Amino acid sequence: MAEFEPVLLANIHKDDSHTLRAYESFGGYAGLKKVLGSMSANDVKELVKGSGLRGRGGAGFPTGLKWTFLPKDHPGPIYFCLNADESEPGTFNNRILMEEDPHQVIEGLIISCFATAASTAYFYMRYEYPLAWKRVQAAVDECYAAGYLGKNILGSGYSLDIFLHRGAAAYICGEETGLIESLEGRRAWPRIKPPFPAVEGAFRKPTVVNNVETAACVKQIVDRGADWFRSIGVQPDPNNPRDPGSFGPKLYCLSGHVEKPGCYEAPLGITVNELIDNYGGGVWKGRKAKAAIPGGISMGLLTADEFDCPLDFAGPGKHGCLGLGTAAVVVVDETVPMVDFLHNSCQFFAHESCGQCTPCREGTSWALKMMNRIKGGKGRLKDLDLLLEIGDNIGIIPGTTICGLADGAAWPMKNAIRKFRGEFEEYIKRTNPDGYMETHPVPVLEIIGAH
Amino acid sequence: MTTDRILTDEMVAEIKAFFPRYPSKQAVTLPALHIVNERLRHVPLQAVVEVAELLELSPAQVQDTLTFYGFFKQDEPHGRVRAWVCRSISCHLRGADELLEHMCHKAGVEPGGTTADGKLTLEFGECLGACEYAPCVLANETLHKCVTNDQADAFIESLE
Repeated sequence: MAEFEPVLLANIHKDDSHTLRAYESFGGYAGLKKVLGSMSANDVKELVKGSGLRGRGGAGFPTGLKWTFLPKDHPGPIYFCLNADESEPGTFNNRILMEEDPHQVIEGLIISCFATAASTAYFYMRYEYPLAWKRVQAAVDECYAAGYLGKNILGSGYSLDIFLHRGAAAYICGEETGLIESLEGRRAWPRIKPPFPAVEGAFRKPTVVNNVETAACVKQIVDRGADWFRSIGVQPDPNNPRDPGSFGPKLYCLSGHVEKPGCYEAPLGITVNELIDNYGGGVWKGRKAKAAIPGGISMGLLTADEFDCPLDFAGPGKHGCLGLGTAAVVVVDETVPMVDFLHNSCQFFAHESCGQCTPCREGTSWALKMMNRIKGGKGRLKDLDLLLEIGDNIGIIPGTTICGLADGAAWPMKNAIRKFRGEFEEYIKRTNPDGYMETHPVPVLEIIGAH
Repeated sequence: MTTDRILTDEMVAEIKAFFPRYPSKQAVTLPALHIVNERLRHVPLQAVVEVAELLELSPAQVQDTLTFYGFFKQDEPHGRVRAWVCRSISCHLRGADELLEHMCHKAGVEPGGTTADGKLTLEFGECLGACEYAPCVLANETLHKCVTNDQADAFIESLE
């Protein structure tokens, strides 16, 4: 396999890569100058649409198309929210971009705001990124001083303010309407759609919410062109007229049981095996892998036999996973009991369910109670069916919740139990030899905590 | 009002400086809570009342938002250092549960607790977004990477 020359991460290891001086020395803000000097907002929209860029935050919605949902000739204001609430377990690509190359993100953000006629952008960053916070704030300050932000940017007549807004450690704020509610100062309860944010978003005005890596891609597309972007990645499936393809470079976060965890840039469509072997130095300690999360814990699980799965937008779904998600691959080695894995997943979602929709609030908390019971040696075979019943019935796909958090909670349950049922049954029988066939109601047993 | 005011003039000025950024005062809720929390290491009810007054909201509206996050303590200040031990999957796979247990034992607190000397509040955190450095601990603004038990001990002993 030919080594891919990083683009998004090209400068992160260079000296002072987070400063404006260094960024300009790499050719930074030339794209913005080109846009403001010679392109209309519509030109930029068409360019991004033509590139086939799909949002990098998890859902993979085509970015240019999202922009065109804004009402035409709106008198304003139109708001732009940059989603830097990255909190999906296993995911840290946005953090690296913001810490090591914040100007790349900001240049992409300014171009995106120009394309969407937004005059105010809120950069919503999760609380847990103190270094990224400092670096992005410093970069924004540099931009104001250099005339890349503020009134009449570079004499173009276009004006833009970017304001950083700090989250308070809630996963749900990464959901775009949860983010908007949080920004507005309320509990981050996702909104029922429609109306979509493009029509009625922040402060009841048309709003675009894009991910940090998406903004960085926009900057690269302006510099290098839509054809360049489309030359990387995976073409649309000719048998699926609705597949927009998976174009461009992608930041893959590799963690868990590999020798060299890290954030690696590769063309969309690299397989799990290639990622682990060519970038991650193989499974750690000479062990074998048992499973891997394909794109953040919400996406479910691939078994080791499925590691030839290409990590493009369509790949993981073919193996029963929810999708590519954030492209965060977490490798689980052969020594890990699947009971422990699923317990950890259920613990996360029970903690992070926002509580608005009953199926999610109750489903995630009862799933954790059952996993506590199983892990504590009081599990029953029936519990596996109950967990699957929850998994099959919570989320926007079965149509019982407002947002996709519950789908993300459901997928690890469904994949882990359906793909590793024998192991779960064996664990339950071994740890609860007298009671595993029990079907009568039993008390919840908080036998052990998570630790 | 009979109760002594909690927000200093400085805090009030800092909060008001956020007003021009947003089309509504309610949007300054989180920035205001962070400003108070940074100074007081908690946001007592009286501060909620005063923030609400500044933002032209009812105290219940601010309290509603505050309690949603589970981030802002209200009864007593957290320790001078607040440390989150990540327990999500990437860290879990590399020993986070054992690390949290070890650190709690060393510090003599339960998860979420504050040491008697007020030096440390030790909590579990959900994914800190530093999975390549698992298991990791965020202590105030410092990320501790690939933390071993020995490093955790040294960290706790170094607290002042």
